[in-house]
Amino acid sequence: METILPILAGAIFAAGVYLLLRRSLILTIIGIILISNAVNLALFTLGRISTLNPPLIAAGSTEPLSPFANPLPQALILTAIVIGFGLLAFALALAWRTHKELGSVDQDGFLADAEDTSEAILRVESGSYRAEGPPDASGSGKNGGRTLASNPNDH
Amino acid sequence: MIGVLVLFSLFLFFRGHDEPGGGFIGGLVGAGAFTLYAIAFGTEASKKVLRIHPITLIALGLLSLVISGLIPLFTNDAFLTGKWLFLEFGGTVWKLSTPLIFDIGVYLCVVGFIVTAIFSLEEQKLPGKS
Amino acid sequence: MNGLLVMPIALPLITATVALLFRSHASLQRWVGVGGMAVLVGSVFLLFRDVHLKGIQVLQLGNWDAPFGITLVADMLTMLMLGISAIMGLLIAIYSVYDIDRERERFGYYPLLHILLMGVNGSFLTGDIFNLYVWFEVMLIASFILLALGNSKNQLQGALKYVFINLFSSLLFLFGVALLYGTTGTLNMADLAVRLPLIENTGLVTAIAMIFMVSFGIKAAIFPLFFWLPASYHTPPVAISAIFGGLLTKVGVYALIRVFTLLFTQDVGYTHTILLWVAGFTMVTGVLGAASHFEFRKILSFHIVSQIGYMIMGLAFNSALGLMGAIFYVLHNILAKSNLFLISGIAQRLSGTFELKQMGGLYRHYPFLAVLFLISAFALAGFPPLSGFWAKLSLVKAGLSLEQYVITAVAILVGLLTLFSMTKIWMSAFWGPVPEKGVPEHFGKETLWGTGKLYILVVPVMIVAGLIILVGLNAQPLLEVCLVAAEQLLNPQTYIEAVLGPQ
Repeated sequence: METILPILAGAIFAAGVYLLLRRSLILTIIGIILISNAVNLALFTLGRISTLNPPLIAAGSTEPLSPFANPLPQALILTAIVIGFGLLAFALALAWRTHKELGSVDQDGFLADAEDTSEAILRVESGSYRAEGPPDASGSGKNGGRTLASNPNDH
Repeated sequence: MIGVLVLFSLFLFFRGHDEPGGGFIGGLVGAGAFTLYAIAFGTEASKKVLRIHPITLIALGLLSLVISGLIPLFTNDAFLTGKWLFLEFGGTVWKLSTPLIFDIGVYLCVVGFIVTAIFSLEEQKLPGKS
Repeated sequence: MNGLLVMPIALPLITATVALLFRSHASLQRWVGVGGMAVLVGSVFLLFRDVHLKGIQVLQLGNWDAPFGITLVADMLTMLMLGISAIMGLLIAIYSVYDIDRERERFGYYPLLHILLMGVNGSFLTGDIFNLYVWFEVMLIASFILLALGNSKNQLQGALKYVFINLFSSLLFLFGVALLYGTTGTLNMADLAVRLPLIENTGLVTAIAMIFMVSFGIKAAIFPLFFWLPASYHTPPVAISAIFGGLLTKVGVYALIRVFTLLFTQDVGYTHTILLWVAGFTMVTGVLGAASHFEFRKILSFHIVSQIGYMIMGLAFNSALGLMGAIFYVLHNILAKSNLFLISGIAQRLSGTFELKQMGGLYRHYPFLAVLFLISAFALAGFPPLSGFWAKLSLVKAGLSLEQYVITAVAILVGLLTLFSMTKIWMSAFWGPVPEKGVPEHFGKETLWGTGKLYILVVPVMIVAGLIILVGLNAQPLLEVCLVAAEQLLNPQTYIEAVLGPQ
C-alpha cells in the first residue's frame, strides 16, 4: 500500500492540474477538488499506514489498547476536508454567480470582456450594486447612489 | 416528523457526552428536520417553525464557542481548558462543563449554517440581499 | 502562560458575532465594528508591553503541552505585526463607516472584516504549522467573500482569479505540511526547528522548503507568482482594497520570514539565493507594471508587488540588519500603502473616477488632500525624513555590508522608478487641469469638512499620515524594536526554549 498510495496521489494531482488549466470554470473547480483529494491522500499516506488498534479508550480503562494507531493524521485530514468543503461551496456559488452575470463559464470569454474600459470601471467603482433580477430592474436610485449628493448611508 | 427529528438530534447531541455522537452530527440531523419541512411546505413555513433567523443561530453558536473558551481564563487556566462542574440534583449527577457549552455552539452553528445554505438555495438568492 | 495572548483572536470573533446579531441595525453595527477594533488595539498594546518587558510569551491552548497541543507564541515580530494590523483595522473600520454601502453592511461587512482580522492575527500568533494553515483558510474565506461581495462583473472576474490561485496555494501549503509531518512526525514549529536539522536527507528538506516558498510566495505575490494581485485588488470598494493591499500580502511575507528563519535554515546557500533573485525580479517587474498603467488603484496594486520585493530582499540577506530592514519595511509599507489606497478612494469620491486621464485639479480645489497624498507617496518612494527613507536606508546598509552590490543598486533604482509613477499620479490627478467633461457636479464645491461628511474618510488618512511623519522623524525607537525582533529571529533557540521549555 505504501507504494501504491503515493503514486495514486500523484496521478490524481496531475489530473487535477490538467483540469485546472482547462478553460471551463466547472472543470477548473473539479480540478481543485481532485488536487484537494490528492493532498488529503498524501497527508494520510505520510502519516504512515498501520494496522493497529483504534485509538479509542474503552469504558473502564484509562488508556487505549496498545499498540494503537496514530489518530493525528486523520484529525488533520478531517479538518482539511471540512475547510475544503467550505471553500468548495464558495467556489461553486461564485461560479454560479458568474454564470448568471456573464452568461458563460468559459474563462477565455472573460478575458476579452475583462478589458476594463473606463466606462465599466466608472459604473462599478461608483458602487453600483447590482440588485437581484434583470439589470434594468435596478433603478437609477439604487445604482447611482454613491455620489456625494445622495449617499444611501444617511448618517 | 420535525419533532421526532429534533428530539433525535438532541439525543445524539447528549449521547456525544461520553459516546459517539455530539454537536456536529446532532446539528446535521436537526438541520435535516427543518430542511425536510422546507421541502414539504416551502421555506417560509419552515422559517416560521424555526422562529429564530438561522444567521442569528450561527452568531449565537459562535458566541457560545468563544465563551466556552474564555471561561477558563477566569480561573487562570489557558484558553479552551476543559472545566467541569458536578452538580448533585435529585439523586443524579449533572455534569456541566465547558466542552458542553462548546458543543452547544457547534450544534447551533451547524444548524444555522446548513439551514441558511438550504434556504438560500431554495429561494435562489443569497442571504441578506433584497 | 499569558491569557492576553488569546485576545487578538477572541476579540474579533466576539465582535463579529455581536455585529452579526445586530445585523439589521446598521448604525449599531457600525459602532460595534469600530468599537471592537478599538478594544483590540488596546489589548494588543497591553500584550506588546508584556513581550517588550518579559520576552517571548507563550500560551498552550487547553493546557496541552507543546509539542502535542496548539501553541500560541508572541515574539517581537508577531507583536509588531499584530500592532500594525490592529491599528490599520481600526482606521479602516472608521473609513468603512462612510465608504461601505448599506447593502454590503446588511450582508455582513463588519462581521467579515473582523473574521478577516481574526485570521490575520491567528496566523501571526500561532506556533503550529497546521494551525497556520487553518488560520490562512479563515483569512482567505473572509477575504473571498469581501472581494466578491457586490457581484459586479469586474469583481467576479477579479474574485475568480483570486479564489482559484489562492485555493491552489493553500493546497500546496497543506501538501508541504503533509511532507513535513511525514519526515519529522511533528507539527509544532519549535519542535520542527529542533528536528529538521537532524534529518539526514537534506535534499528532501530543501524540496519541502521550496514547496513552502512557492505556496507562501503566491500569497505574498512575489515574482513570478504575482499576476493574480493586480488583476483583483482594484475591483472591490476602497476600504477592502486598502485592508487587502495593506495586510493580506504581508501575512504571506510574515509566513515566509517565519519559516525561512526558524525552520529552513539548513541550506541557506540555496534557498536564500533563490529568494534574493526572486526579490530582485519582484521589485523590477512590479514597478515596471505600475509605470505602464493609468488607473489609480492598478498602479498601487503593482506597487504592492514591487514593495514585497524589498521585504524578501531583507529576508534573503539573512543578517540582523537585513531582517530589521525587512520588518521595518513591512510596517512602513502597511501604513503608506493602505493610506494611498484610502486617498485614492477620496479622490474617486471627488472626481468620480479612478482613471488618471479623467482626473485633475485636485490640488487646486483640495490642497489638504494633495498634501496627504504627497506625504504617503514620498514615504513609499523613500524620501527623507519619512518612514520609507529609514526602511530603505537600513536595507541598503545591510546590502552594502554583505557586499551584495547588484541587488542594492536594483533596490535604489526601483525607488526612483516608484517616484516616477507617483509623480504620474501627482501630475495628472492633482496638478493637472480640471478635465472638461465628466466631472461630477459637486467637484470643487464640496469641501472636505462640509456636510458631505467626507471627514469620516479624511480623519483616518490624516492619522496614518501623522504616523508616517512620526515614524520618519523619530525612527530610532521603532528601529530598535525591529532589531530586537530580528535578533530573536536569528537566534531561534530562545523561541524554541520559550515553547518547549529549557532543553
